[in-house]
Amino acid sequence: MAKGIKDKVVVLGMGCSTFGERWDAEATDLMIEAYTECMADAGIDKSQIDAAWFSTAIEEQHVGKSAVPMGVALRLPMIPITRVENFCASGTEAFRGAVYAVASGAADIALAVGVEKLKDTGYGGLPQRTRGALNDMYFANISAPGSFAQLASAYRAKHGVDAAELKRAMAQVSVKSHDNGAKNPKAHLRNRIDIDKVISAPIVAEPLGLFDCCGVSDGAAAAIVTTPEIARALGKSDLVAVKSLQLAVSNGTEASYGSWDGSYFMTTREAARRAYEEAGIQRPRDEVSMLEVHDCFSITELVTMEDLFLSDEGAAWRDVLDGAYNADGRTPCQIDGGLKCFGHPVGASGLRMLYEMYLQLLGRAGDRQLPDPKIGLTHNLGGWPHQNVCSIAIVGRYDS
Amino acid sequence: MRNGMAGHVPAISATSWEIIADMLSILSAGTYVPRYRIARSDIVEANRWFAGGMGALAKGARAYANWDEDAVTMAVAAGRIALAGHDLPGDVRLASTTAPFADRQNAGLVAAALGLEEAVSTLDLGGSARCGTSGLAAAVRSEPAEGGPILLCAAEHRSARAGSSEELTSGDGAAALLLGHGEGIAKILGAAQRSVDFVDHYRAADREFNYGWEERWIRDEGYAKLVPPVVAEALAAAGLAGSDVDRFILPAPTPAIATSLAKRAGVREGAVADTLFATVGFTGAAHPLLMLAAALETAGAGERIVVVGFGQGVDVIVLETTSAAADHRPVPSFADQISRGLSTGGYMRYLAFNKLVEREHGIRAELDLQTAPTIMYRNRRMLFGFFGGKCDRCGAVQFPKTPICVNPNCGAHDSQHNHCFADTSASLQSFTADRLTYCPDPPALYGMVRFQEGGCLMMDITDALPDEVEAGRPLSMVFRIKAEDERRGIKRYFWKATPAAERV
Repeated sequence: MAKGIKDKVVVLGMGCSTFGERWDAEATDLMIEAYTECMADAGIDKSQIDAAWFSTAIEEQHVGKSAVPMGVALRLPMIPITRVENFCASGTEAFRGAVYAVASGAADIALAVGVEKLKDTGYGGLPQRTRGALNDMYFANISAPGSFAQLASAYRAKHGVDAAELKRAMAQVSVKSHDNGAKNPKAHLRNRIDIDKVISAPIVAEPLGLFDCCGVSDGAAAAIVTTPEIARALGKSDLVAVKSLQLAVSNGTEASYGSWDGSYFMTTREAARRAYEEAGIQRPRDEVSMLEVHDCFSITELVTMEDLFLSDEGAAWRDVLDGAYNADGRTPCQIDGGLKCFGHPVGASGLRMLYEMYLQLLGRAGDRQLPDPKIGLTHNLGGWPHQNVCSIAIVGRYDS
Repeated sequence: MRNGMAGHVPAISATSWEIIADMLSILSAGTYVPRYRIARSDIVEANRWFAGGMGALAKGARAYANWDEDAVTMAVAAGRIALAGHDLPGDVRLASTTAPFADRQNAGLVAAALGLEEAVSTLDLGGSARCGTSGLAAAVRSEPAEGGPILLCAAEHRSARAGSSEELTSGDGAAALLLGHGEGIAKILGAAQRSVDFVDHYRAADREFNYGWEERWIRDEGYAKLVPPVVAEALAAAGLAGSDVDRFILPAPTPAIATSLAKRAGVREGAVADTLFATVGFTGAAHPLLMLAAALETAGAGERIVVVGFGQGVDVIVLETTSAAADHRPVPSFADQISRGLSTGGYMRYLAFNKLVEREHGIRAELDLQTAPTIMYRNRRMLFGFFGGKCDRCGAVQFPKTPICVNPNCGAHDSQHNHCFADTSASLQSFTADRLTYCPDPPALYGMVRFQEGGCLMMDITDALPDEVEAGRPLSMVFRIKAEDERRGIKRYFWKATPAAERV
């Protein structure tokens, strides 16, 4: 394996817009909101940015294709900007581009901005769109909740978990995220809920009910990265470094080979193994202080705990019910409310996860602040369980 | 002659044929009845405020096609049943007045869905409710192509205005007959045909619905006067008397017609075949063949069968079952399909599936997807025949078939030969009932299907209630409409899974 990215790049600044049903804002407004905070945090001028990466997934709903919308929105001085799209993992892809640019030495300072403006469709949930001309001719009529819901039926069958018991554990995933989101002024959903409310909510895709599904939101997030040396030269002393950046992309094994049982994510396990190795993490349960995972649906978060090797296989549902992933649990998860409550503006989500890890590591998370976290992990997944992209980023204090 | 014919109908004007030695026999047959049913009393009740006089028809149930079925998919379903265990046909014909395409060969689509090689003859027949029997009469006198026997399918997806008596009497369904040399299960004894432009109903080429005339006139001047001479001629050609007939198949929208005409032909009352009014309804051009195929499933050896087709004339075909008839027990049988009927959803679902009511579908349903013929053509074996690949090197079965084997431990290039998934056993690995995604029959059911011979595919599930779907459930594959592009008038077809029928 290559030497990896560990400690080569640090975060100079981050920003994040308020997420939610931003009836007031265009994608441009959201980008500026995140970028303005990010630039102020980094303490630099736009002339110091060497290159930028721009992530958005469903561009046909708002800004259109290419990197031009970002260049125009932020009036960047004709610097190189690359637009990336990798389903719901797009935000982490923008970050990866910026980090790799700095690590290569091609750029001293790089910017990543992710944005999505989803609430102009006239309905809830993700926009209905083509999956590719040939795929549309034979792919099942799947929606995001419907494809992820199947994790539950496969998980139940594999581990012999009672449907009501699993539904209860899934409910606890959402209850915990609502508890956390209530403390986050930028979150889309800020109300607390209880398990009964989750269980009795209308069904979206069996067995996922309304509260098993994350919010579809408008929002943007941004990061500026540089080398530790430049960060210090710019006056930063408390540094958050990139420890690992991994991506695993399905190759058809899950969808058409038949060796996958449908109860977990092959990509997440692959990306997690590589990420822990790159970051030098031997015992993730002890070493990862906190995480933000891709909780598009409650069952996704639940099985992801096993795929990240934080729960034993078949035991995550019990760990969840035992509070292992609550804010005061063994490994706090979704401290900012997660996709569930902070919201899920697709192209911004990966950067939003990193934003929370960054705030926590610097002790700037306000009411949500965890005691002395050292390593944060973000898990950003796009597609469907049987065909997806999974990115994992591990960040930590530069000196740890 | 023309002048001589004017003003009267001659006593016998049918053309009967010489029975030639090498005339084709029926080798096999299959029926298809869609799973959805509506009780006629529901239709009558819903329309009572407007049409109070339909109470007499408020009996039994009629079958209607699911939203993803049409004459082509139903023909494919009947054809697959008829073909099980037989040589593949070299000639496929589809008789229908409701085939989905006016100019794109429907029989060709049926042949493609049956997975047949492209060296097959195909032909669409239509234009009259008689096209099923006329198709049979023509087919048995033809010489089959060298490629194999003739598969004659007849299918109808009937269309009738809401609240019409035609809505009550109609049904959707299909039949398929495999015709070839040899004794088969039934051989032709005689036939007669007559063409008369008797317009009991018609449908102009640009119209959706039939325009019909008074039922009493159709009965008295149509069936009662036009059918008997042709029956007599056909029986004479077969060397039989009416009393020799064991099964008298005369489909008509109203069952009483068959009984009265049988009596006039000297056929004993017990020989009159059930018109399937109580269970299916009148399936138009498909109906004579559906009744015949259903009869063949219960027939013993040596039964004499008269089949009548009516529509701007009359076809009468006389057959006799052979000793092989007793072994002809197709799966699923007609009786199995009748017993698996689903009558959930009521009249509103029937109206919605038949586009007789403009439903709110939500903005999600507005997604506009064009169907590129270029892509459809390149992938026709995959999309219509349900062919994936099997790797010659590692044996991995996979869908779709791609240039590089999906087995992570193989990865061979260009190593796959075609592997058909249509008839392989499968079971459900995971599933959901989705109420978010747009589906004309929510909830959308779909799941990961695992095939016994290898491979898996996320598939739509059709003709099922949510509680019929569970992990491990055995599934069958069916050829269905995947989506309909109403803007451009094209239907996309692909395969779906359905809970495997348990034999009753």
